[in-house]
Amino acid sequence: MAHIELRNISKSFGSKPALRGLDLEIEDGQFFVLLGETGAGKTTTLRIVAGLEKPTEGDVLIDGENVNEWGAAERDVALVLQQYSLYPRYTVRENLEFPLKSKIRRVDAADIEERVNRVAKTLQISHLLDRKTDRLSGGEMQRVSIGRAIVRQPRVFLMDEPLSALDAKLREALRTELKNLQMNLGATFLFVTHDQVEAMSMGDKIGVLDKGKLVQVGTPSEIYANPCNTFVARSVGSPPMNLLNGSVSKGNAVADAGFALPFAGKASDGQPVTFGIRPEDMFLDPGAPAEGAVHDIENHGVAKIVTLRAGDAVIRLTTSARDKLAIDETVRFSWNPEKVVLFDKSSGLSLRHGP
Amino acid sequence: MAAVRTRSEVALNRVAIAAVLIVTIIFLAPIYWITATAFKPRHLATTVPPTVMFEPEISPFVKLFLRRSQLREQPTPEEYAAAPWWERLVFDGGEKVVRDGRGNAQLSGYPSRFANSLIVAVVSTVMAVGMGTLTAYGFSRFKVAGEQDWLFFILSTRMLPPVVVAIPMFLMYRWFGLNDTHVGLIILYTAFNLSFSVWLMKGFIDEIPREYEEAALVDGYTRMEAFFKIVLPEAATGIAATAVFCFIIAWNEYAFALIMTRRTAQTAPPFIPSQVGSGLPDWTVIAAGTFLFLLPVAIFTFLLRNHLLRGMSFGAIRK
Repeated sequence: MAHIELRNISKSFGSKPALRGLDLEIEDGQFFVLLGETGAGKTTTLRIVAGLEKPTEGDVLIDGENVNEWGAAERDVALVLQQYSLYPRYTVRENLEFPLKSKIRRVDAADIEERVNRVAKTLQISHLLDRKTDRLSGGEMQRVSIGRAIVRQPRVFLMDEPLSALDAKLREALRTELKNLQMNLGATFLFVTHDQVEAMSMGDKIGVLDKGKLVQVGTPSEIYANPCNTFVARSVGSPPMNLLNGSVSKGNAVADAGFALPFAGKASDGQPVTFGIRPEDMFLDPGAPAEGAVHDIENHGVAKIVTLRAGDAVIRLTTSARDKLAIDETVRFSWNPEKVVLFDKSSGLSLRHGP
Repeated sequence: MAAVRTRSEVALNRVAIAAVLIVTIIFLAPIYWITATAFKPRHLATTVPPTVMFEPEISPFVKLFLRRSQLREQPTPEEYAAAPWWERLVFDGGEKVVRDGRGNAQLSGYPSRFANSLIVAVVSTVMAVGMGTLTAYGFSRFKVAGEQDWLFFILSTRMLPPVVVAIPMFLMYRWFGLNDTHVGLIILYTAFNLSFSVWLMKGFIDEIPREYEEAALVDGYTRMEAFFKIVLPEAATGIAATAVFCFIIAWNEYAFALIMTRRTAQTAPPFIPSQVGSGLPDWTVIAAGTFLFLLPVAIFTFLLRNHLLRGMSFGAIRK
């Protein structure tokens, strides 16, 4: 197991910068999730750690040792990809054996067999061992792929959207499985995804990447409750955080859309800000100060997600699934002023995170 | 697919089948002609109209492999009776087998020319495909400065017709003592096929996801090992297709072989027509030579047909 550190990593392809001054630290045994949109530089970061890509600038350290000049084979990392992850023409068993048969490892045959069987059992793929990989379902393939990583007992597991190509049910099941596996192995994971649900549910720590820059690093709850800018606020949470432009006036939050709600934070009067509030921190109440019309209702069973229109603002909030609401009905709403996050309107930076 | 077809579609389908049959027959006619002639008795080879029904003989093949000369006098019945079966076939054609000082029958020029063709075509194909695959891998997987220019340059060697470079090549080969040597012809054919092989193989290797190799690199293998264990098996189809193309080109090559070789390294293509020249040609023997010459390519292509079907579509059909 290992501790990973990236120091001031920059990478450009030709004239196109992919990563800009990235600093990142993954502790031993941590499940670290890199969250970002397509093209944010997640995969590039992963490939730099794997040794498949050389950073234009900066250092990669594994257990405190600079591995910039090390090849992928020497770094002893395991890689699981979204697709094309298994060797074609090989059986499942051959796939699992493949990393152990490398010359740099010298595992004897009996040991290989034992390790393969043990991993197959852990992942419940024992019955597939003699099957060719093109006869596997997507879920089975990813299981084998994860197995091929585990069987090596590598220092770090690198996973590039391993669940993205699977259907929703399977994705959920494997998500739990993967997290359990990581805890049982006590392994260091660097997991790359664009899916914020995966990030929130699996990560010990999340790093949010935007356009090649690491925007925020924190535990899922830190990132959820206290996003450092509007980008993070928008990308974490489903439905995302409500962002309302407005300003503070006489202790009230006045939205540009034409309503005012109570305010508990500190902000100078008249300064243009963006109020951020999670849907679950808003509520419907006949005595509430603001008024809006129901635009849409999504029933999720556990709760209802209600979309309101208030002036030209669109607000999402959750209510109990038992609440009876009709489209176009006029309702009154408010929020929990303690939970409001303030962002500077022009820069989008959270005012809570200091200057 | 749709099981229901209208009457006009059925009719159209029949017309199409008929058309395909006719075209096939037209294309197969010369091959039939050569094959039939190779098994005909000599006096039936040039009849007008052509003889279709005849009793096949193997005497053309026997004659093809033996050095013969015209009989001046008929063999005595004892001589005839003492002769082995193949010599009797030659006697029947009004010729005799040329024997060396020890009385051993001498072979004609054909077997050695055929062997030359095999050696040159096989070795040059292996070399062109091998080197082409490695080059293509490099172009496909690494950033090569001026990649497009290099690839164009490689292909440009194929743009000149052989006749244009034949004379300077001949002079260069004479200087190096490569004229009429196997090595000379192999170098020539390898160079000739290499550009083709690089281009074809680059297409095939581009199709193989690099994730496979990268997984192998991460799993503790060197790039060389990853290439041989992962890329090569995946490229098998492409290699087969490329090999067939290169083999056919090398096997059929005529112009360079005609100019660069005389005897030792002469291949079958320039040899076969040279037999027509002297005296009254025995067409059955020439047909037999041509028929045998057709076989290797036919067999090679047949063996690799499954690969070819996918290979010839240049990766358009994936499994």
